[in-house]
Formats: sequence, C-alpha cells, structure tokens
Amino acid sequence: MDHREALIAASSHRVRQGGYAPGIEVNGLSLTYPDEPNALVDINLSIPGGEVTAVIGPSGCGKSTLLRCFNRMNDMLEGCRYSGSIMLHDLNILDPATDVTALRRRVGMVFQRPNPFPMSIYDNVAYGPRIGGVRRRRDLDEIVENSLRLAALWDEVKDGLGRNAAILSLGQQQRLVIARAIAVRPEVLLMDEPASSLDPISTLRIEELIYELKQSYTIVIVTHNMQQAARVSDRTAFLNQGQVIEYDVTDKIFTNPSEPATEDYITGRYG
Amino acid sequence: MMEEKSGSLGARQHISTRFAEELEAIKNSLLEMGGKTESQIRLATEALLSGAGDTAEEAVQMDRDINQMEVEIDDQCARIIARRQPAAFDLRLIISIAKVTTDLERIGDEASKVAQMALKSTVRLPVRVAENHTTALATHVSNMLRRALDAFARLSVDAAVRVMLANKDSMEDYDAGMQLLEAAIRDNPATLKSCMDQIWALRSLDRIGDHASNIAEQIVYLVTGSDVRHMDEATLLNLLDVSTDS
Repeated sequence: MDHREALIAASSHRVRQGGYAPGIEVNGLSLTYPDEPNALVDINLSIPGGEVTAVIGPSGCGKSTLLRCFNRMNDMLEGCRYSGSIMLHDLNILDPATDVTALRRRVGMVFQRPNPFPMSIYDNVAYGPRIGGVRRRRDLDEIVENSLRLAALWDEVKDGLGRNAAILSLGQQQRLVIARAIAVRPEVLLMDEPASSLDPISTLRIEELIYELKQSYTIVIVTHNMQQAARVSDRTAFLNQGQVIEYDVTDKIFTNPSEPATEDYITGRYG
Repeated sequence: MMEEKSGSLGARQHISTRFAEELEAIKNSLLEMGGKTESQIRLATEALLSGAGDTAEEAVQMDRDINQMEVEIDDQCARIIARRQPAAFDLRLIISIAKVTTDLERIGDEASKVAQMALKSTVRLPVRVAENHTTALATHVSNMLRRALDAFARLSVDAAVRVMLANKDSMEDYDAGMQLLEAAIRDNPATLKSCMDQIWALRSLDRIGDHASNIAEQIVYLVTGSDVRHMDEATLLNLLDVSTDS
C-alpha cells in the first residue's frame, strides 16, 4: 500500500478503530536553552500507546517544552540542546538523522488557539493529504469526511464545506484543526492546552473527542486545568522545574499521590 | 512499641484562604458533632443506670440536634465538592467527613435507644442484672469514640488503629452481660421485659463501638489513602507496618 492509499485507508473510522497506536519511551531526556540550562532534567517516561497522558505543572515547569520534544518543535529555537532519547516504536525522535517532516506526519499537534488556514473548511482538512500526494477528488472527499466525522464536526459543516474556516466558532475551529491533524494519519496527537481558549461547552466537546480519539491514537495533552487532566487522561505526569516529580495513573495522582509536592500542587497548596 | 504515624498532609496553607477556612470550618463542625455525641452517650448511660427520667429525656433530645448537624455537615460537603472540586487529601477529607458524619448520626441513634430503655425502666421495677458490664461497656465505647475523634483531629493513623483494635475488647463485657441477662430471664421470667431492655441497651452500646471503629477506618483512609474496611487484623497491621505492642 503506498502512502496515498494508506492515508485513505487510515482515515476510515473502521480501519482506525483497529489501528496501531505506539507508545513513547523517553529515556534520560535533558534539554537546555542558552538562558535556561535546566529546562528539562533527566526525564524518563513510558507513555503507553492508545492512552491519554496528561502533563501538568506550574507555568514554566517545562511541560510544553517536553511536548515539543515529541515532534522536534524545539529545533526551531536557537541554542536549544538536548540529550537522551525519545523512542516512537523503533524511531529515535531525537536522532539528528530523523526526517523531521516525516516525523511530524506521525506526530500531529494541536495548539492552544485554533489556527485554521485562511481557506475553506474542506481545504483545511485536505491540505496535509494533498501534500502527501493524494490528488483524486474522490479520495480527498473520503479523507475529509472521515476526518471531520472523527473530529465530531461533520454534521455541523457538511453542508458548507466550501465556506471559509474563519466563520466557524472557536470550538468548531479547534475541532477542525484536530480533523486537519488526523487527516495525515498520525500515530500520536500532541495537544498543548487545546481547550484553554474555549467556552465550557466547547471544552466538553473537545474532551469528549479526546476520549473517542484515544481508541486510535496515543495522545499527550498539556493542560493547566487539573480537573480537565483528571477527566480526560489515563495517566498523569507532574513536572516541576524541568523534572518529573511523579508519574502514575490519573486515579492515583488525583486521589492519593505519592509525592508531597504533587499533593501540594493539585490541592492548591503550591506556592 | 507502636511508632507514631501521624498525617502531616494538609499542614501547608492553601493558596485560597477561603477554601482553607471552609475546610477548617467543616472539620470543626464534625468535631463539635462528635463532642455532642460523646455527651449524649454519657447522659444515656447515666440515665440507664440511675433511672433518671429527665437525664434520659435530655439524651433523646440531643439526638435531634445531632441529626440536624448531620444534615448541615452533608450540605457543607456538597457545597465544597461543587465549588472547589477537591483532590487528593482534600478530596479524602470531604469523603471521610461525610462518612464519619453518618457514623456519628448512627451513634446518636443508638445512644437515643439506650436513653429510651432508661425511660422504660423508670416505669418498671428496675432489675440491674448486668450493671457492671453495662457500665464497663459504655465506658469502653465512649473512650473509643473520644480517641477516634482525637485521632481525627491529630490525623494520627496509630491512634486510629488502636481504636480499631480496641473494638474486639468490648466483646468480653458484651458477652458476659448477655449471659447474665439470659440466665436472669430463665431464672425469673417476670424480669423478661426489664432484662430485654437491658439487652437492647447492651446491643446499642456494642454498635456504638462498631461505629467508632468505622470512624477510625476513615482516619486511616484520610491520612494514607488506603481503604482498610473489612480487613482482618493481621493484614491491617502488615499494611500499615505497625505492631500491637503498646
């Protein structure tokens, strides 16, 4: 099956339900910036495939930096240096030889503010597959519909796919961005505060979507909203000052954490 | 020697002082309810042994206050859950308070039953068959409750475990008292009603010990996060890494 065929097949809900979502193994990851020598310090995490892992911690603790390591977004920052390894199945993400463009097809990302391209709803979702070589209109139609269905947006936009994405509400735009991300058949979805700019109802829709998507994707979510982490994630990592203080199943973290620092943070005793 | 294992969690201040005040307020409400329940047991036992009707009436009256306190504390718990979404220690605190409140309310019911037995005995020829065992049992379960509430206030797992272990000690007086009362009924069936009242009182006192033990279990859960309900003694001691030496 070539890449084009794989994209079409992978965008089918039925195929994705049985899809393979690999885990991520982080070993001895340290990261420095010129003005931040301890941005991340000896991070070791085993993130299971097909689950939602939340990363929580105070501002500046390194959680977004950690997330950006998973698709090498930090490479764009001058002076950024890292050591250790991040294994996605048999691929070392941090290996300088890793094809970053190919990596980002496998590891999609959704940001805090929805960032639809200034084009139609259809073209937003079809953008990645077109770059990936899908040209036939029928194939693109199938990918767009499947992706929008997976992102729980199809019913709301199916009668106006040619409209500019900018007319959608913020919550719809964020779901469109998720549809765009999954249209290129990633294995991992990174979400950096995906609902922080949304109203409570749109937030619940995104959380419901995360729950649905985890059947097919490995999801890592960074959030400041601890109740959100508690609601959507299977595992939670608490970071502070660039270090993983505690990493455990979410039920344990939110009812009986092992580390006093975690306890202080999630109960609001953190200074 | 059992090492002191007390909870230090919750010692640090919340960033939200209002939340801290709300938690402090609900803890104080619970301890106030516990204090009232202790007083009620003392009055009910006094009334049972002395036959003083006014003391018994006072104990029965206190049950209404205790019931009202249960409703108010439950309401406080619901409001904190709705407004604060507590987690970790704070969550366990609210869950524990809600459960301890239920046990205290049931202790109030049992103490009220003891007081009602006292009211019945004032209109009947008193037969004090198991007075010593009743007194001893009442003292024992009152102590259990007092120590359980003290353990709650200090977040002391060791003190809580001692309360749980003390529950089996109440069986001796309970069984001995029951045997005396059963023998009295056999020997003189005319004492049946009075002895049955005393049997019900003994059973209520024994149940108070069980509820005090339940409160102690909640303290272990609150401090350690471990659910030790329905756990046998050996497993409990092994889990908590404590010995029975005192």
